[in-house]
Order: sequence, then structure tokens, then C-alpha cells
Amino acid sequence: MSRTHVTCVLNGDEIDFLCNDYQTLLSALRDELGMIGTKEGCGTGDCGACSVILDGQLVCSCLVFAPEVEGRRVETIEGLAEVDHLHPLQDSFLEGAAFQCGVCTPGFLMAAKALLDRNPSPTETEVRYGVAGNLCRCTGYDKIVRSILDAAARMSDPERQKEAT
Amino acid sequence: MTTTRTGYKWVGTRPVRHDGLDKVTGRARFGADYATAGMLHGVVLRSPHVHARILSIDLTEAAAMPGVKAIITGADLPDIPDETGTGSEGGINFRDLSRNILARDKVLYEGHPVAAVAAVTLRAAQRAAEAIEVDYEILPAVLSLEEAMEDDAPVLHDDLFTLGLDSPPDRPSNISRRRVIARGDLDAGWEEADVVVEREYTTKAVHQGYIEPHAVVAETGEDGRSTLWCSSQGHFAMRTYTTKVLGWEPGDMKVIPAEIGGGFGGKTTIYLEPLAALLSRRAGRAVKMVMTRSEVFRATGPTSGSVMRIKMGARRDGKLVAATAWMAYEAGAFPGSPIGPGVMTVLACYDIPNVLIEGYDVVLNKPKVAAYRAPGAPMAAFAAESVVDELAEELGIDPIELRLRNAVTEGVRAVYGPKYRKIGFVETLEEARDHPHYSAPLGPWQGRGVASGYWFNFGGETTATVSINEDGTAVVMSGCPDIGGTRAALAQMAAEELGIDVHRIEPVVADTHSIGYNDMTGGSRVAFAVGIAVVDASRQLIDDMCARAALIWDVPREEVEWVDGRAQSVTGAAAPLTLEELASGSGATGGPLSATVTVNPRGAGAGFSTQICDVEVDPDTGLVTVLRYTVVQDAGRAIHPDYVEGQMQGGAVQGIGWALNEEYIFDRNGVMENPGFLDYRMPVASDLPMIDTVIVEVPNPDHPYGVRGVGETGIIPPMAAVANAVYAATGKRMQDLPMSPVRVLEALSGD
Repeated sequence: MSRTHVTCVLNGDEIDFLCNDYQTLLSALRDELGMIGTKEGCGTGDCGACSVILDGQLVCSCLVFAPEVEGRRVETIEGLAEVDHLHPLQDSFLEGAAFQCGVCTPGFLMAAKALLDRNPSPTETEVRYGVAGNLCRCTGYDKIVRSILDAAARMSDPERQKEAT
Repeated sequence: MTTTRTGYKWVGTRPVRHDGLDKVTGRARFGADYATAGMLHGVVLRSPHVHARILSIDLTEAAAMPGVKAIITGADLPDIPDETGTGSEGGINFRDLSRNILARDKVLYEGHPVAAVAAVTLRAAQRAAEAIEVDYEILPAVLSLEEAMEDDAPVLHDDLFTLGLDSPPDRPSNISRRRVIARGDLDAGWEEADVVVEREYTTKAVHQGYIEPHAVVAETGEDGRSTLWCSSQGHFAMRTYTTKVLGWEPGDMKVIPAEIGGGFGGKTTIYLEPLAALLSRRAGRAVKMVMTRSEVFRATGPTSGSVMRIKMGARRDGKLVAATAWMAYEAGAFPGSPIGPGVMTVLACYDIPNVLIEGYDVVLNKPKVAAYRAPGAPMAAFAAESVVDELAEELGIDPIELRLRNAVTEGVRAVYGPKYRKIGFVETLEEARDHPHYSAPLGPWQGRGVASGYWFNFGGETTATVSINEDGTAVVMSGCPDIGGTRAALAQMAAEELGIDVHRIEPVVADTHSIGYNDMTGGSRVAFAVGIAVVDASRQLIDDMCARAALIWDVPREEVEWVDGRAQSVTGAAAPLTLEELASGSGATGGPLSATVTVNPRGAGAGFSTQICDVEVDPDTGLVTVLRYTVVQDAGRAIHPDYVEGQMQGGAVQGIGWALNEEYIFDRNGVMENPGFLDYRMPVASDLPMIDTVIVEVPNPDHPYGVRGVGETGIIPPMAAVANAVYAATGKRMQDLPMSPVRVLEALSGD
């Protein structure tokens, strides 16, 4: 069976990979590229564990065929931190105890990043709707919502941003 | 809100958890994240029928397909005698377990595994599974408790005779067991009662809903020794169960725990593990198996649907004087619902002199239930706490006040036998009553409900090791998977004892070949039981280090004490020796610094929770929205308050889902119609408010820091709290879960 050659920008780097036409982006990330940070919770776009950002848009990578990302920009959990410091969302999630088992966490972080990218100072309700496509069964969402609000505050406060780095 | 305390440096603080960085960067490896070079992919062929006899299985075509390396059916598993392990509800029947993993003569639910295939690609395995030809003879099915308990019901198991009846039955039945708890004189109790309320309640099967599907990689060598990588709530149990089902020796199997993506009880048993191990043995290659979400719903978990009839009587002064409970729980295809803890907990919050509780464990053509957070207690509390709310209204007594007048306290005999030790139920009620939430104003179509819950908690067999590295850092090793922050809590207790920074301690969950046996992460036991072992090991190490300092200083052992991470001379005769100094020089004083402790502790402190819920009901749609929610719970002592709050919040929200949305929906043939997260509707962030928490701390005298289990109790009160709030908002008593919009509308249209 012939495989499709795909070139894309993954977390800032131009890369290429081979995949089958029926393969999802999720499967290509995990099985072809070994990037296991993106999780599969349902495979039907209902849980958000596989959330990635595609050309600035939050998507479930289980609902995108891998060949569709040809020439496009993909951001995953593996690209969220900088070399020597975490993204403020990651700091907030750590300090705010925003996860228990942690399997939904990469998806929540990508959904929260997509939210803050387009709305840097969301209300609690906007945060709740911004991550409504992501299921967490452990936390009851309280500490996740607080941590996203906290990250937004950090990112808009230059003093706290300096502190973080 | 957390009670502040003094005197501890680490216990009661909120350090960043040790496994946190891996989890926010995507580096943490969960069950499906393991892979080995050249591994095969395995899939399961499942029954499309809910009840059928397997007449034949033809593997010819499937076995000949390209890339197929091994196929197994029920005939490949050994027969196991029908014996239930000792213990009450915890007892496991390996014969049933084996037959749930691969059907033998009959399939008993839609999704019941019939065969498993390993092939070089997932696609090849799926195609081969589709090519397996199974000839079924369809049998009549039983899909409800009522049907299953009828005298002439189709019987699932010809050899199942009801246990616990007054006279032994002469024919098989779907009722596997009757449990009875009785005390006092019921007639006298009813005589004394001024007010009596009797109601029937029903709940549906609901799933634990962990986000990570079951996954395993198994590699079995030519010598029959195997390694499993899998996520579970207990890798020692995975080894015991898997080898038992396969007829292998436990010592020949090593199980390496992956990070676990949620369990809630549902990962305390095996499904894929023996299939992968046996396929690997047959194929001579590693085999990876991962369930789809649909498979998780159709063939793992859920907890029981139930029917319960509760009758309670009280005197005018609010004293509960008599109660009866009749409860039937769905076990699924094999015996073993949590009816035991159901009958034990249903009235456990209250001191009632005259009681009769009767419980039935019933098999029917649905997936075999698995443990789910405080198994058996939440549905029981839904029924009992709804009746208590009605009694309070009839008596004109505030519902928290009524509970206070009947609350169990230290020394009171629990309805199921033992006397309560030190418990904090009254304290949770008082905190709830005094909380600003309880007296906040409400608007139209809004209402407030309260409910309480009780859970035993558990100790269990435990091994822990604490070792000091040459730089004075420490490793705390346990064998209990960390689902919700237990590594941090164990490190905090060790830091408190050793007197070093919590982040100079690395907590590790070790595999089955690296540490002694540990029971599963369940029963809210880890911070309690493993905590005891870690504290004991730390104290042994401290004693050892003091002895070594005495040796170095040539003074009696009594002249050395351990202060702030250093050995110190009580006479001031020598400069203190730090942990680093003692560790780096340990070769000269007796060898490495390490201590291992094994315990099987009793005295897991009982947990109580009282919860307040405000709802608003939309009279046009029947939609119930939770406006405000407060969880008050006795944690004994919160080692890491963030994760204690997290357990309380998470448990409450699972209960809110159970109350409002979640249910297994079957078509008339017994096929699950909603095996996915779109239609099995778990709460999402936009459904909920913040979940306020009040940690009550009535220390457990049987733990060095006073810990009680906190993981389970929080899920027990929510369904009744929500139902009581819906009543307060609408005047309608909701007796059937879930309180979905359609059911609420039905209730409202009854006017």
C-alpha cells in the first residue's frame, strides 16, 4: 500500500512524515512521530484529550486526517514550553493542582492556549465555555478553571511574567 | 477553605506535585503510550447478542489472512474451579473472571469477548476479527431487575443458586445472593413513630468514565516469562488475576505500572491483560491492545443500576426509631454487585434502634459491573437521604438539625455491626449548617438540598521503602499507582519525618519485581496505609542514622537526637551531622541507608461528608442547573489540601453527573445505544459552578498524622443533595435517576 508523504510545520519546525490516507492526525503524531503527549480518549471528537492547534484553530486531532495537515502549522503539547521555562498555563496548572490523573491535561492546556490566544482576559464563563469540549473526570473543573484564569492574569501582568521566567 | 494548623513544616502544605512537570509537558507515559519494536496489535471480537449459546467458532478464514499471527478463543483458557476468594464483596471469583474475559459456551451481554486476534497491523487484526465466523443460538434475555428476579425468568447461569435464603433453593435463579441486616424490634419501632415515609427509588447503570481507555502491551518470552506494561489501580493484582486466569505462575510475570488516566474503581480488574499475554505467547512477539471508547462502555465497568424501597419512621421530636430498606442491585452478567456495601452503608449515618435491611445481588444480560468510587453507597444514599429530607419536612425540622439529632458518634454501634471509632460526622453537619451557603437567598425556581454520606475506607497490605542517596536526597518507593496526587502526599510525610525539603524526595511507584506486595489503589487507602509504612520506614532510618552518628562520635545512642534533618548531640559534644554527611559516609558506618516496612493496618478512619446544593429548574425545558455547591468532608488530616479538595470536588461532580445526566441506555434488544461521550453525557466545565470545599479535620488516631481516606466519600451525597434541591425548587420529589430534562418535565407536568 502506498503511503502519503506529508510536510508540515510542527511546533515551529518544518518536518515531514509518511502516513496512510485513512490515518488521523492523532495517529500520525503518536504512531508515526512518537509524540505521545497528545492523548486518545474517545476517537470520536467528544472528549478533547487529543486537542491540538491547527493554523491557530483548536481541533480534535482524531477528527483530522493526517494528509490534511500538508503545508499547515500544527501545535501540540510538546511545543508549549520554551527551552528553559514553562508556558504560564503550565505553571498555573502545576501550582493550582489543576489535574489529578493528568491524562486530559495536554488537551486542556491546548484548549486553554487557543482560548487565551484569541481572548487574553476571559471571564470565568468564557473559560468554562472555552474548555467545554474537554472532558476531565477527576477534578470537577474547579481548579482547571481557576488555573486558566490565573494564567491569563499572569500573562497580562508584566511583573508576574518576569517572575515566571 | 482549609483549617490552618501549626507545628508541621510539610504536612498540610501545597507543594507542586513531583509528577506534575511530566504531566503538563506531555511526557508522562500512560497505558497506551508504550510501544516495543516489532510489536503486534491485538483486537477483540465481541458478541453482537446479549444472550446466546455459542454453537461454533470457525477461525479458518481469519487465521489464513495476511499478517495474522495468533487467534485465541475461550477454549484456549484453562477451566478454573468455581470458588470465590475469601472476603466479603472484595472476593473475586476467578471462574467468572475468566468467563468474562473470554466467553465459553454462552455470551451474556452485547460486547462479551468471544475471540482475540493479534496481527502485524491494527487493520489486519480488525479484518481478521471480522472474518471469524461464530454461529450463535439466540437465547431469551433479561434486561431489568424486575424481569431477572421473576420466578420464571430466563436464567443466565444453570449453576447459580441463591445464597442467603432461609431455606436452600431447589432451582437456579438470577439472584445470586440475599444479604440481611437486622436489629431491634421493628414492630415496636413503627409503634413509636409519629411520622413514617416510604418510597421507591431507581437508578441506572453509570460508568466510571475515566478518560484513558484500557490499554496493555504484553511480551511473553520463549521461556514463558512475561512482562506487562499497563495502567491499572494495582499492578500486583493485575499480575495475580492475569496469571490465575492463564494458569501461569505469578512469579513469571512482571507488571510495570504506567501512569493511570483515571480509574475510580474501574481499573481494579482485568480485561485485556490475559488476552495480550496469551496472544504474545502464541505469536512470540509483543502484543499491544487498546480499547476503543465504545468497548470501554459496552464491556467494562459500569456500576449497578438499582431498585430500592426505603421506609423510615421518626418521633415528633425528630428521633429516628425504625427503618427498613429493600435493595436490589444489578451485577451484570456475573454475580458481584456492590450490594454488600450498599446494605451496610444505607443507614450507616444514623443511630436507629430498629432496622431491617434486605439486599439482593442480581445477574442479568448486561456488562459485569466493576467497582465505582464508594461502590454501592451512592445509590443507597440517594434513597435514604431523600427519605430523611421528606421526614424533616413532615416534622418541620431543619434537615441538618434532623440529621444532627440522629447522627452516629464515637462509640455508637453501626447498623452493620462494629462500633464507630473517632469520627467527624457531626462536625461536617455543623460546618454545613454554619456555612454562608446554607442561609444564602434563593430566587424563583431555585431550591437548596442537603445530603450526607458515609464510607468505611480501607487499609490493606502495603510495602514501602525509603532510601537515602549519597547527596542526602531520598527516594520513597511504593507499589500503589498514583491516581490523584498520592506520590506528593507520601513525599510530604517523609519530608516531615526526615526534616528535608519535600522536593529533595523523589516518590516512585515501583513495579512488581522492585518492591514487595501492595494491595490496589482503592478503598481510599494510599495516604492512610502507605503513609503509615512510609512514616515507619522514615522513623527506622532516623533511628539508624542516629545510631551511626553515635558510632562516629563514640557516644551512647541516647545522646543523639534527630532535629531538622540532622543528627545532633544532646550534650553539644559534637557538631551536628547532616543527612548528606551521614549518607556520603554510610559505607564506613554499616552500609547504605534504606528501610523497608510492610504493614497491613487496621483503623482506616471512617469518612463522612455533608453537601449543600443549589439548583435552578427551567420549567419550560426541565433542565436542572447547579448554581452553587459546597462539599464538607472529614479528611482526618489533609496532607496536601489541594488534592484533598480535588477528591471532594471530583467526587461531587461525578455524583452530579449521576444525578442529572448519566445513564446506560439500552434498546429493546439490550444493545447499548449511547456507548460514547456524546450521548453518555458526563458533566463539562460549562455545566458547573465552582465547587466550594470545607475540609473538616477530626484526626484519625490510627494514623501518625491523622489521615482518613478521602477519595470516595465525596461521591455519596450528591444525588440526594441534587434531588432534595430539585424538590425545594419545584415541589416534586424525583425518585428515579437521572433527573434528565425529560424526567423533570414529566414530573412538572403532573400538576
